[in-house]
Amino acid sequence: MKATDLIRDEVTIRFAGDSGDGMQLTGSLFTNTTALEGNDLRTLPEFPAEIRAPVGTVPGVSSFQLHFGSREIMTPGDACDVLVVMNSAALKANLSMLKKGGAIIANTAGFDKKNLNLAKYGEENNPLEDGSLKEYRVLEVDITKLTKESLSDSGLSYKDIERSKNMFVLGLLYWMYNRPLESTIRFLEQKFAKKPDIAKANIKVLKDGYHYGETTELFGETYRVKSADIGKGEYRNVTGNEATVLGLVAATRQANLPLFYGSYPITPASDILHELSALKNFGVYTFQAEDEIAAVSSAIGAAFGGSLGVTSSSGPGIALKGEAIGLAVMLELPLVILNVQRAGPSTGMPTKTEQADLLQAMYGRNGESPAAIVAPSTPADCFDAAFEACRIALQHMVPVYFLSDGYLGNGSEPWQFPKQDDLRKIEISFEPARNGEESEPFMPYKRDNNFVRSWAIPGTAGIEHRVGGLEKQENTGDVSYDPDNHQKMTDMRQAKVDKIAEFIPDQTIDSGKETGDVLVLGWGSTYGSIRTAVRELIDEGMDVSHAHIKYLNPFPKNLGELISGFNTVIVPEINSGQLVRLIRDRFMVPAKGVNKVKGRPFFVDELKEEIREIISSMESEQL
Amino acid sequence: MIDRHTGNGNGNSEGVSYTGKDFSSDQDVRWCPGCGDYTILKQVQTAMPEIGVRKEDIVFISGIGCAARFPYYMDTFGMHSIHGRAPAIATGLKITRPELSVWVISGDGDSLSIGGNHFLHLLRRNVNVNFLLFNNQIYGLTKGQYSPTSPEGSVFKSTPFGSIDHPVNPLALSLGADASFVARAMDRDPRHLKEMLLRAGNHRGTSMLEIYQNCIVFNDGAFELFTDKKSRPNEAIYLEHGKPLIFGSSDEKGVRLDGHKPEVVSLEDGNYSKDDLWIHDEQDRTKAHLLSRFFDQPQDGNQNFPRPFGVLYAVNRNCYDEGVNAQVEDVVSRKGIGDLDELIRGSETWVVE
Repeated sequence: MKATDLIRDEVTIRFAGDSGDGMQLTGSLFTNTTALEGNDLRTLPEFPAEIRAPVGTVPGVSSFQLHFGSREIMTPGDACDVLVVMNSAALKANLSMLKKGGAIIANTAGFDKKNLNLAKYGEENNPLEDGSLKEYRVLEVDITKLTKESLSDSGLSYKDIERSKNMFVLGLLYWMYNRPLESTIRFLEQKFAKKPDIAKANIKVLKDGYHYGETTELFGETYRVKSADIGKGEYRNVTGNEATVLGLVAATRQANLPLFYGSYPITPASDILHELSALKNFGVYTFQAEDEIAAVSSAIGAAFGGSLGVTSSSGPGIALKGEAIGLAVMLELPLVILNVQRAGPSTGMPTKTEQADLLQAMYGRNGESPAAIVAPSTPADCFDAAFEACRIALQHMVPVYFLSDGYLGNGSEPWQFPKQDDLRKIEISFEPARNGEESEPFMPYKRDNNFVRSWAIPGTAGIEHRVGGLEKQENTGDVSYDPDNHQKMTDMRQAKVDKIAEFIPDQTIDSGKETGDVLVLGWGSTYGSIRTAVRELIDEGMDVSHAHIKYLNPFPKNLGELISGFNTVIVPEINSGQLVRLIRDRFMVPAKGVNKVKGRPFFVDELKEEIREIISSMESEQL
Repeated sequence: MIDRHTGNGNGNSEGVSYTGKDFSSDQDVRWCPGCGDYTILKQVQTAMPEIGVRKEDIVFISGIGCAARFPYYMDTFGMHSIHGRAPAIATGLKITRPELSVWVISGDGDSLSIGGNHFLHLLRRNVNVNFLLFNNQIYGLTKGQYSPTSPEGSVFKSTPFGSIDHPVNPLALSLGADASFVARAMDRDPRHLKEMLLRAGNHRGTSMLEIYQNCIVFNDGAFELFTDKKSRPNEAIYLEHGKPLIFGSSDEKGVRLDGHKPEVVSLEDGNYSKDDLWIHDEQDRTKAHLLSRFFDQPQDGNQNFPRPFGVLYAVNRNCYDEGVNAQVEDVVSRKGIGDLDELIRGSETWVVE
């Protein structure tokens, strides 16, 4: 019997299994194939902080959610249509993420007595059998057994056979969604180029999974998701951390400078170090420092020498770098600080997302030490934001924070990537050499019209000078404790950062009218959820607009005017209210926060509900 | 790419002719009158012309402390940074600008307390910088607390009943971190200090030079036993490569090795002659470790071994900064300069028409 082919506008699939089941790889491969098919998509990988939590337990579950469609897709999906579970713990951990009526593809081998006990269902309570899943469509497949049979003649070890069961799932899903196998086969051939028998086995299992779907009568339907109507052009799939790397490299290329990347490994920023360290032929120096402080300090040393100094970390590591960032403020050297934010204070939840370090970037240093802040809004936007962070740092001789987060860093989307020719040049110049015949001595802290001092690097004759963390006398840069001078220099450092506003784009409205009743104002990774929610509310007839701030310090110079065009400002954030404070403080408007700190992005439905609630409470107040 | 990678890694010396004065900046020197730092500054300024690097290719980087003011007084490039982090800043600078001559100025608190981690890693990486550790066994800038090199029992502001901290042995620590150059000098012997500065300046790799420096205000006379002309001959020993370990006011004492056990012997009682003594070998790691352990505390009352001054250890081994640049060059020669468009494009793309 040929399965019925059904058209779907959008689908959300969640792959879940034990940390060792290869769910991240399965999800990524499905994503790549889906991207190549021309769907718009978003992904949300979620994995435990433990490298190998006990096998079969709920804390050991790793999952990967993919939302794809033939229309614009801006979030990884609130809940999934299809939940793939490799064992009972995966079901337990993820069932709440499945829509009512959604499909569960369950690996029955993962529901034996041992697994049921490990997942704390208890061996007598198999959810596949006890009727508790009657609201869902449950498709039972003994994936483990079928994989073993598929490879019975392969001569591979039990362990290697066991490891390839994720390819069976992938093959099965490819059949369900009418996807071609070629790109995955190509990937497997490359990945296991030195182990051809493993490559062959994985490809065989992949195909057998596909054929199993085709031949068995278990599945009555297949689905087709047509390519999305996104702008014409050439696309690739990109994660936020990948795009960040590309943005940094592009910026150094456009500034014609070497890139020095001082870093200490930390989740979820380490991928940036890994990727950059492979790009030595792009003028990239990577330095895995002994600690976070050495990482930022080495970047400052490199900046002093005339390279673009970049350091990276996540929240707790940024805290350690605070004093050195203050030094960069005082030295007035370019420095880019990447913070791939994660959840919670202290160690918090390293693999979960949050955007709670905005105030740390804004104020988290001793004294009055202003720094610029930019934040990407989507994985692909990490490219532009990283590029802009570099541009601002270099052209304004200032530390710039780049506030990504775990959701953006690990998440992915299709990207209509730019060509080098499309990128702006970053004009920089070093202070020239002197021969002693100049009319006045070299002044390291003399400023141009934008309050920017010159970049005077070692190796340049006649401009030998000393800088440091002690307060500087204006112009000369000599140490000064003069009260009036300190006031002046403090004001000057602030004015220099404020001046950046003249060199960044004006704030625009993303969706909705330019003026109106309600403005939903966001920043960073909430972009997709807010955009989707606001557009749906507009479709429902509400007077609501969305603006998303990329430049958080300084704000775009028209932001105040833009905000004043609305009666109500709502600021949704994955924190307890940080941008909302800055907005209230700066513009004296009674902005309302919508806040969530659960280690996960906003769901579109919850956001819509919160926005509706605020609006109706405002209306009732007015009555 | 801007090409600045010329020179030999110890600065550019072509056509250089300076005097010590050329290295004196326009800043008033503000250490306390009588501070040992003055002598060190003078000797560094005097040594610089002989090291023969162009001023613009020299960078002094310091952390925090009295010694850390040093860069302000040198008419070179300089950075007075933050507490303990100068080695990390120097590492970033040296990786990207290997042709510069980089000097780190630090103190016992700066390097061995707050910056201990960076000190360790600088030495093991063997970054090609010169590291001057001004040891005065006291926190001077914060006005007189004991430091990590203060002897046990030290009575200072924060230790009214005597310090119960065991002190760091900086040279043993350096050797433990696989430093490629380990030496000791003192402010009160400027001639020898200058000689050590020149040795340090010409060494390829991290040259760790500990300098005993007198803090006249808070810890005056801490090293008097070694620096006083009367006691020095019996309490200090000057090491010279290939020469026997001899000391005493009339060279009447020596150090010999009984297996791996050093002992002080008399050259006057007829039992031992110069030929029986330990011959100093700068490249002998084991002996360097033994020498670093000539560290008896004077107040212990059981002073056995004279404190060694000079180069304990100097070997040539790979420098991190050179390795980084060699790797970059190697990758460039194999892959060519990267193509940005190709990189951004990635491996798999699709076209929407």
